[in-house]
Amino acid sequence: MADAYESLTDHEDDARWAYGTGFSDPLAGVDTTVPSGIDHEDLAAYCLMLGDDALIMSHRLQQWVTRAPETEDELAIANIALDLLGQARLLLSRAAFVSGSGDEDSLAYLRPASQFRNVNLAARADADFAHLVARLLMFSSWRLALFDRLTGAADPVLSAIAAKGVKELTYHRDYAAQWVLRLGDGTEISRGRMRAAVGDLLGGSLVDELFAVHEVEERLAGVAVSPGGVKEEVLSVWGQVMRAATLAEGVGTTAPAGGRPPPGPPPPPPGGGGHDCAGGAFARAGSAFPRAGWA
Amino acid sequence: MSTFEETIARDQRVEPGDEMPEAYRKTMIRQIAQHAHSEIIGMQPEGEWITRAPSLRRKAILLAKVQDEAGHGLYLYSAAETLGADRGDLTRRLIEGRQKYSSIFNYPTLSFADVGVIGWLVDGAAICNQVPLCRSSFGPYARAMIRICKEESFHQRQGYELLMTMMGGTPAQRDMVQDAVNRWWWPSLMMFGPPDDASPNSAQSMAWKIKRHSNDELRQRFVDMSVPQAEALGVTLPDPELAWNAGREHYDFGTPDWDELKRVISGDGPCNAERIARRRQADDDGAWVREAAQAFAAKRVPAP
Repeated sequence: MADAYESLTDHEDDARWAYGTGFSDPLAGVDTTVPSGIDHEDLAAYCLMLGDDALIMSHRLQQWVTRAPETEDELAIANIALDLLGQARLLLSRAAFVSGSGDEDSLAYLRPASQFRNVNLAARADADFAHLVARLLMFSSWRLALFDRLTGAADPVLSAIAAKGVKELTYHRDYAAQWVLRLGDGTEISRGRMRAAVGDLLGGSLVDELFAVHEVEERLAGVAVSPGGVKEEVLSVWGQVMRAATLAEGVGTTAPAGGRPPPGPPPPPPGGGGHDCAGGAFARAGSAFPRAGWA
Repeated sequence: MSTFEETIARDQRVEPGDEMPEAYRKTMIRQIAQHAHSEIIGMQPEGEWITRAPSLRRKAILLAKVQDEAGHGLYLYSAAETLGADRGDLTRRLIEGRQKYSSIFNYPTLSFADVGVIGWLVDGAAICNQVPLCRSSFGPYARAMIRICKEESFHQRQGYELLMTMMGGTPAQRDMVQDAVNRWWWPSLMMFGPPDDASPNSAQSMAWKIKRHSNDELRQRFVDMSVPQAEALGVTLPDPELAWNAGREHYDFGTPDWDELKRVISGDGPCNAERIARRRQADDDGAWVREAAQAFAAKRVPAP
C-alpha cells in the first residue's frame, strides 16, 4: 500500500523527535554502579527528593498547557515541563535502581502522598502568570545552583543527570527572569500583579525550605549538595532580577532559616497563603501529589 | 498574462512580496489561519490527558506532541503574517466564530485510547490532506507544510504504537481502543470536507493550485491507507459497507453523516462551546501579560 507521506519521512530520523527529551542518552557510557562507601538508602532518598521536585513542578506547568498568554509561552512552558519531566524520570529511575525496587512509574504513581519528598514551592498552584514566573525564577535559580555543584558529585549518574540539567535550567531561569522584568517594568497592572506574586512567594516559608539542610543531605557529603551553601548565590540572582525589574523596593531578598523536615507524618498545613493547594493537603516534607488529574 | 498567472502556470511559488490578486491573498490568509487555529484548538482534546497519562513515558510523548502542535500554530500564524494578517486579529476572529477550525476537534476525548486513535486516524487524515499542500502555490505555506508533515507522521506512528500496545493488553484495553475507533472513524472521514459536488470553494482553489486534489480523492486515499492498518491492529472499522472493489482497485465505503458535519461546523458539535471558551479564557487571562510586554518593549525604543 503506497504510503502518502513516505517520501517526506526519513525513517532514520527518529532521534530528532525523541519525545522532546534531548538528542542523546545522558547516561550513555556512564557506569551506573553505586560507588563504594555511598549509603544506598540515603542515595535513593536523595534522588527521590530531587526527582519529586522536578515531577511536581512539571505537573504544575503541565496544567498551564492551553492556558498560556501567548503561543510562544505555550511552547516555552511545555518545553520546561518536558525538561523537568525528563529530569524526574532519570532521578526516579536512579532511586529505584539504587534501592533495588520499583521503577519510575511505581514511584510516580503508586506511592502514598505522604511519601513524596518535594519542596512545597514545586507544588504551589499558580494564581496567575506573575505567580508562575516568580515561582519559576526562584525554583530554577535554586535548582540550577544545586545542579551546577552536583556535576561534581561522587555518584557518576547524578553527576551526568546534573550536567544535562544545567543547560536546561539555565534556559528556564532565563525565561522566568525575562518575564519578571517585563511584568515588573511593564504596565501599572502588571507591576501590581508582579509585586503581589513576589510578596506571596516570599511571605511564607516556601523559600526558607529551599535552603534548609535535610539529614539525608548531611549524611551524603561528597554526593549531595548542601542547600544552605547555595542560599547566597540564589538570593543574589533573585536580587539582581528584582532590581532590574524595578521591584527591589519593599520586597525582601533574604529569608530566615527554615528546613525541609525529616521523613515522617506531615505536620498540619501552614495557615494563610490563600492559594489553591489542590485540597490543602500540602505539608512540608510529605507534600501530597497534586490530586487533580492523577489516576 | 500577469506575473502571478505565469507563476501559477509554471507551477512556481508565489512569495509574500509578489503581486497577487486580492482574492488569492484573502483565500490564503483564511486557509492558513484556519489551519493555525486547528493546531491551537487541537491542543485541547489531547492536552486534557497530559496530567492523567498512565505512565511517565506516555506523558512525555504526549506533552511533546502537544508542544509540537503549538509550534505548528506559531509557524502557521507567522506564514499568515507574511500576507499582512495580524495574529491578534486572527485570534479574535477565531474566538468570535468568524473563522473556523477543523471540525474534528469538537469531539471529546473519553479515554487514553483516544490519544492513540487521534494520532493514528486524525493525524493520518491530516497528513493525507497536507502532503499535497507541500506543493501549494504559496511559498511560505508550502514550506511550513513540509516540516509539519514530518512531525505529523511521527505523531501518527506514535499513536499507532500506543494502540498496538493497548491491543496487546487486557480485553478492557482492547475494548477501549475499539470504542475510540468507533467514535473517531466517521469524524475522521469528514475531515476531508464535504463531497466534491457540494464543495463551493474548491474549483477556484484548484485553479490557483492552492489545492491539488479533490476532497473525495483524498478521502478515498485515506480509507485505502487505513483499512490494512486497522486489520494489522485487530480493530473493526464501524462501516458495514466497507469492502474491496477489485474493479476500481479501491475500497468502497459508506456515506458519512453530512448533516452531522454541517451541525458541527455551524457550532453545534459536542465540544464547540467548550473549545472556544477555553481559548477565550486564555486570551482574556493573558491580555494584561501581552500588554505588559508591549509596554516594556516600548520603553526601550530609543526616542527619535
